[in-house]
Amino acid sequence: MQAAQRSDRTLGESVRQTLMRFVQTLRDNDFIIGFPEVRDALELIAGSNSHQSTSLRIALRSLFCCCYSDWEKFDDIFDAFWLNKGMKSVVRVANPSEKYSSSLNTTFLNADYSKKGVTADHVHRSNDDSSSFEEGQSKREGASRVEILTQTDFRHLTNAEDLNAANELAERLAKRMRYRLCRRMRNRHKGKKLDIRRTIHNSVSKGGDPFDLARRQRRIKPLRLVMLLDMSGSMSLYSATFLRFMHGVLSNFNEAEAFGFHTRLFHLSAALRERDPQRAVERMTLIAQGAGGGTRIGQSLSVFNHMHAKRVIHSRTCVMIVSDGYDTGPAIELGAEMAALRRRCRRIVWLNPMMGWSEYAPEAAGMKAAMPFIDLFAPAHNIASLQALEPYLEKV
Amino acid sequence: MSSKIPQEKLASQLSSVGYIPDRDLSIALWMMEKLSRPLLLEGDAGVGKTEVAKALALSNNTKLIRLQCYEGLDQNAALYEWNYQRQLLAIKAREGDDAAIVEEQIFSEKYLLERPLLAALRQVISPVLLIDEIDRADEEFEAFLLELLSEFQITIPELGTIVATTVPKVILTSNGTRELSDALRRRCLYHYVNLPDVDREARIIISRIPHIDTALALQIANMVNLVRKEDLKRTPGVAETLDWASTLAGLDISNLRDEPELIYETLLCLIKTSEDKSRISREVSDRLLGLVA
Repeated sequence: MQAAQRSDRTLGESVRQTLMRFVQTLRDNDFIIGFPEVRDALELIAGSNSHQSTSLRIALRSLFCCCYSDWEKFDDIFDAFWLNKGMKSVVRVANPSEKYSSSLNTTFLNADYSKKGVTADHVHRSNDDSSSFEEGQSKREGASRVEILTQTDFRHLTNAEDLNAANELAERLAKRMRYRLCRRMRNRHKGKKLDIRRTIHNSVSKGGDPFDLARRQRRIKPLRLVMLLDMSGSMSLYSATFLRFMHGVLSNFNEAEAFGFHTRLFHLSAALRERDPQRAVERMTLIAQGAGGGTRIGQSLSVFNHMHAKRVIHSRTCVMIVSDGYDTGPAIELGAEMAALRRRCRRIVWLNPMMGWSEYAPEAAGMKAAMPFIDLFAPAHNIASLQALEPYLEKV
Repeated sequence: MSSKIPQEKLASQLSSVGYIPDRDLSIALWMMEKLSRPLLLEGDAGVGKTEVAKALALSNNTKLIRLQCYEGLDQNAALYEWNYQRQLLAIKAREGDDAAIVEEQIFSEKYLLERPLLAALRQVISPVLLIDEIDRADEEFEAFLLELLSEFQITIPELGTIVATTVPKVILTSNGTRELSDALRRRCLYHYVNLPDVDREARIIISRIPHIDTALALQIANMVNLVRKEDLKRTPGVAETLDWASTLAGLDISNLRDEPELIYETLLCLIKTSEDKSRISREVSDRLLGLVA
């Protein structure tokens, strides 16, 4: 608190207000900045000379950034805010007189849509179209109805109500799976090995007699599910349901990550974890903008292997790829990347909705190249096929 | 108050002990001291994250206390532990004494085993505390660390609260094998360590390897930079560069282009996997050598 008081005295009100607006801009861009950081920033500004804008920039960058993606974004936002360079293209600065919540939303909308050049009109339309992402829209159906839905191919779900019900079912399934897959973490106290140090520690209170035996066991890591969803044109009938499934998995599993790809790869977890359904829908529509086009599975996997795999994959990870295997890139690339992925993770499950069709054989060149590295190749055209995965995942 | 001078002083101090920092890093280090916040260093393996802490301790002439994180690291291994064996011996030796007195004695400082974190809080001169590869520790440990790093005090139930005599300079490093929690990230200053550019790498070679020719150091830095641009599975870091440079210096080579065969053979200082080795063939090595000025 002393520092804050000191900087209050030395800094003008306008400088403080401007800094607060800058912090607000950063927060709108997903930076995590708390009060102590702002206090330290004020102290830094108070202690620096006016001609040292570059070293101040570096100092603020160290202070406000939390991870590499922040680190990359910071310079652009700094320039936009303080030097008035291309401000509109990065973000619209929220009016400080507006209330926090409302300014956050408008900033989000304007920022991202101005970047992509989408009109506000489009936002509303897509909002209605993708109502299937929203929670709590439809009522629960009766059990027999559910039974029918689990067997119906997602392709044949044409009316919005059925689709919604299927999506909800997918989400419920994800929740139930978590319960089954994560309970392995418990009963840790029945270990095989004796913990000598702890046993002696316990015996101190008994005057040295090892009465309470302490045991230990390697903690079993919870299963981590990394999902890669093909969102290209050929998958468009299925991707909505799988998105809902992913949403369920992400909000219920302790550890899960979601990615989507069509001609490029994108990280979906943050968008799917968004609590505010309105914002979630907006983020998803932004992401979906390349969806419905071609697929480059090999290239997307290569990006995944290089950029994300090290961070998101550990020893008890199952990678789940949901795709029909129609790749517009070279099959050799897909094969090589699948081999690299295989070396990293415990299991690769490839879910192919086409497999549910009668007379389907995996003959696409990409699918053939990927086949040798897949542990489980399963259909995923209806809810029942998703349910069938559960016992398999339990053994990972 | 001018902030320019202390940063440059810090940079020259670090240079004198063999670490050549870039400007951004020296500002981050200066801020770490000024704001008493921990500094989180991220970057690829081999860019010299751990070296920063070593050099900082050396230049400040203080102790470097290192906590290597691993899966399953717990408070007993990181913070403190009672010396149970000695406690038991003491109990046996004093059998018949008043129990209350014995208890007071066996839970005194004499029976306390210091582990890195407690040691860092109890130094007379502010030490450098290096928490290496924090991403390898479990999430629970990270949460526990959070409290320690913000308050710089710990509570031992039998002894009471121990407040840091001097605030240590805390450096955390992470290789990104796991996502760190936002709370920990927010509390730390952040710096992303990049691989050095040719110029800085040449300076690093000169400062680390005595009597090496400046022109040769520049050639080596250039060559390593070219190798890094090849599509390798594991990009060579600064440590590998230094290995290679000292090998070449030991072989009395004065110009890389004179000895293409020897260069190819010694390149295995930089290349660590068989895939990469097949990728850097003799032809590739010669081609890269041709590009070195």
